[in-house]
Amino acid sequence: MAALGMFDTANLNGGQKLAVKYFTVSLALFGAQVLFGMLAGIQYLHPDFLYGILDFSVNRTLHLNAMVVWLLFGFMGGVYWILEDEAKHPVVALWLGNLIFWIFTLAVVAVVLVFLLVQVGPAEMKSIWFINEGREYLEAPRWADIGIVVSVLSFFFNVAATFAKGKYTGIGGVLVIDLLALFGLYLAGMFYTPNVSIDQFWWWWVIHLWVEATWEVLVGGIMAYMLMTTLGVSRKIVETWLYIEVALMFGSGILGLGHHYFWIGTPQYWLTIGGFFSALEPVPLVAMVVHAVYDSGVHKLKNSNHPALAWTIAQAAGNFFGAGVWGFMHTLPQINMYTHGTQWTASHGHLAFFGAYACAVISFFYIAAQKSRGNVWMSSGMVGAWRWKWAMTFLWVGMVGMTMSLLIAGYEQSQIERAVEGSTWMAYFTAQAHPWFVQGMNWRLISGWVFSAGFVLLAWDLLTIGKRETRPAAQIHEQATASA
Amino acid sequence: MSQEAWWASGSFWRKSAIWITGLSFIILIFLTFDSMSYIKAGGKQVPNYAVINQRVDYQFNEAQNRYLPVIGPEEPLFGKKLTEDEAMAMVSKGKLNVQSKNCMDCHTLLGNGAYFAPDLTKSWLDPYWGSKESREQTMVDFLMDPSNKLHNGIGRRMPNLGITEDEARATVAFLKWMSAINTLGFPNNFKAMDQSDAPAPIAAPVAVPDAAAATPATGAPVQQ
Ligand code: HEM
Ligand code: HEM
Ligand SMILES: [Fe+2]
Repeated sequence: MAALGMFDTANLNGGQKLAVKYFTVSLALFGAQVLFGMLAGIQYLHPDFLYGILDFSVNRTLHLNAMVVWLLFGFMGGVYWILEDEAKHPVVALWLGNLIFWIFTLAVVAVVLVFLLVQVGPAEMKSIWFINEGREYLEAPRWADIGIVVSVLSFFFNVAATFAKGKYTGIGGVLVIDLLALFGLYLAGMFYTPNVSIDQFWWWWVIHLWVEATWEVLVGGIMAYMLMTTLGVSRKIVETWLYIEVALMFGSGILGLGHHYFWIGTPQYWLTIGGFFSALEPVPLVAMVVHAVYDSGVHKLKNSNHPALAWTIAQAAGNFFGAGVWGFMHTLPQINMYTHGTQWTASHGHLAFFGAYACAVISFFYIAAQKSRGNVWMSSGMVGAWRWKWAMTFLWVGMVGMTMSLLIAGYEQSQIERAVEGSTWMAYFTAQAHPWFVQGMNWRLISGWVFSAGFVLLAWDLLTIGKRETRPAAQIHEQATASA
Repeated sequence: MSQEAWWASGSFWRKSAIWITGLSFIILIFLTFDSMSYIKAGGKQVPNYAVINQRVDYQFNEAQNRYLPVIGPEEPLFGKKLTEDEAMAMVSKGKLNVQSKNCMDCHTLLGNGAYFAPDLTKSWLDPYWGSKESREQTMVDFLMDPSNKLHNGIGRRMPNLGITEDEARATVAFLKWMSAINTLGFPNNFKAMDQSDAPAPIAAPVAVPDAAAATPATGAPVQQ
């Protein structure tokens, strides 16, 4: 083992070495997401900025796709990170994992270049295949979809086979079944139809059943591991909680899909079913907060990695507020009729994705930083601790600032554009020109700068944390990760 | 371990999770089949593609207490009556154009997409296209080169996406067809343009003014 504080992959097991690669690309794409988000945010206030060069649609596409990919890379890294520890067996086909990592990364680069340089195509199937599929979040052209499916299937194979050869823990079982569902759902988004209602019906299968069902369960699984490693919570407790969360999450989230079937041509019963089940979706999120806070309390916050635990707790809270509270606010059809497709939605989208998923991935970044420097001390009094604290503060202040500004803009829009003026073009621009809206956009941009500063600090911190640290990591009292 | 309460037992919750998930999924599959009978073209809430041969309107329905599409007398798009197959081909080309130009990363369709530009669900019926007579051509002209046609006082312009005339006409067909979908009253309170056969009143302001002569739609000063 290398000296403490030195970055050396010899400190890691095979799956973890691969995970570090995923995390590296993930962090870079997070940066790209922030960059293109800022460009799009600026265009709200200065419509001529980059007009005809990088139009709003281009920036937004890159903003969203960078997000989806950096979170997916983060999750894949997270699963590889815990895999050998959990299964007590080396990854069965590490070479395949490596190969797929490179193919996936190159495919991402190719897609980004096409988005940037080609942007649009003629109204023919070949544009859908090679340029842009034109469906929010799933803009990646069809060839890339196929690539994604192949990559994730081999990822799935690697994970399932490793657990099968080693041992299936509760977390392992949940992860494997969940990954299968996650990848199966992606197929629901891979076809063309002229019928926009049918298109959106299946599109929501991918989007909603990812973020409000399968992704939630996936982070539930890897965060359970996180609580065991950082705090030393016992396996029995985290796994029981995990099952409860899965039951509540799938029980509400699967039929909660109906909250996207209010106004797309779908039958009226979805107003009731979608409203009812999605209104229950916050319940498991409350359970997760209780779980994280309770466990931290029981263990008196004594833990082996302060930044990772801080982001873990932030994840529970962010998930609860962003998805649970902000989602609930507009999930009943009586309200959604007026908020549907306004900045209100964007407000929720930001806090939910950041709170539930970005925070989870960031906490893994910190575990990886710690272990790859030989498992150094990352508890109280660590060298340069100000950096992670300020990074976290800036990111959260920026995110909350953006969320609030968008909420106010969305509120104004739902009143003026939707309710009073009836959603015509005139109504839209009347609302966009309203001072409350413009102020909202200004504050969003200011908060965006704060967030960007937070990102820079975060990246700097991740590259340097633990560098001059010579103490080994704090020992947590139970050897929790041991299987019960 | 052996006498722990049922609610604290891992195996109880594991079984619950499996049953609840399975049951929810089965219900979802069932409802999906049922929903298809509403949303397929010619289904209970989504019209045949040939609806573009007819007038489409959007009116408040007292009985249902919501706005609903109203299909009117024959009014073929671009004056040419199409068969169901031809209509489908045209709408499909329009939809392909919408996807390959990535409209949804600025606009919303049925309320889903991006929020940088107006919702297109009922765009076909928007009073801003001027009169019923000039609408089709105005829309085609706009789509083919929107960059010098400012619609608003805040300086936001749609970029030139290289849309050809054929693509523009197909896109108009797609928009007309979409406006006939029964969206259960979304958007509420939308006041469609006057399409009655009585001679239309002279529309003021002019439908799509040039940037130079832009009438500030919002009352805010034009910043150009
Ligand atoms: C971590 C979990 C979640 C994430 C990441 C998330 C993210 C999003 C995003 C990005 C959208 C906008 C989609 C678009 O672009 O059209 C959206 C829409 C929506 N979400 Fe969530 N969401 C989450 C959980 C929830 C929950 C738990 C609820 C309800 C309690 C909820 C309710 C809604 C509703 C009603 C909409 C539709 C908004 C509209 O009509 O425009 N979400 N969500
Ligand atoms: C500097 C930071 C950021 C800025 C300035 C920014 C800006 C924007 C802008 C301008 C849009 C387009 C909204 C529209 O269509 O009108 C957008 C959409 C979105 N952004 Fe960001 N963003 C930032 C960071 C983030 C982060 C960190 C996340 C999540 C981890 C995120 C998730 C999203 C999502 C999910 C949408 C789609 C929302 C919807 O369709 O409802 N953004 N962002
Ligand atoms: Fe949803």
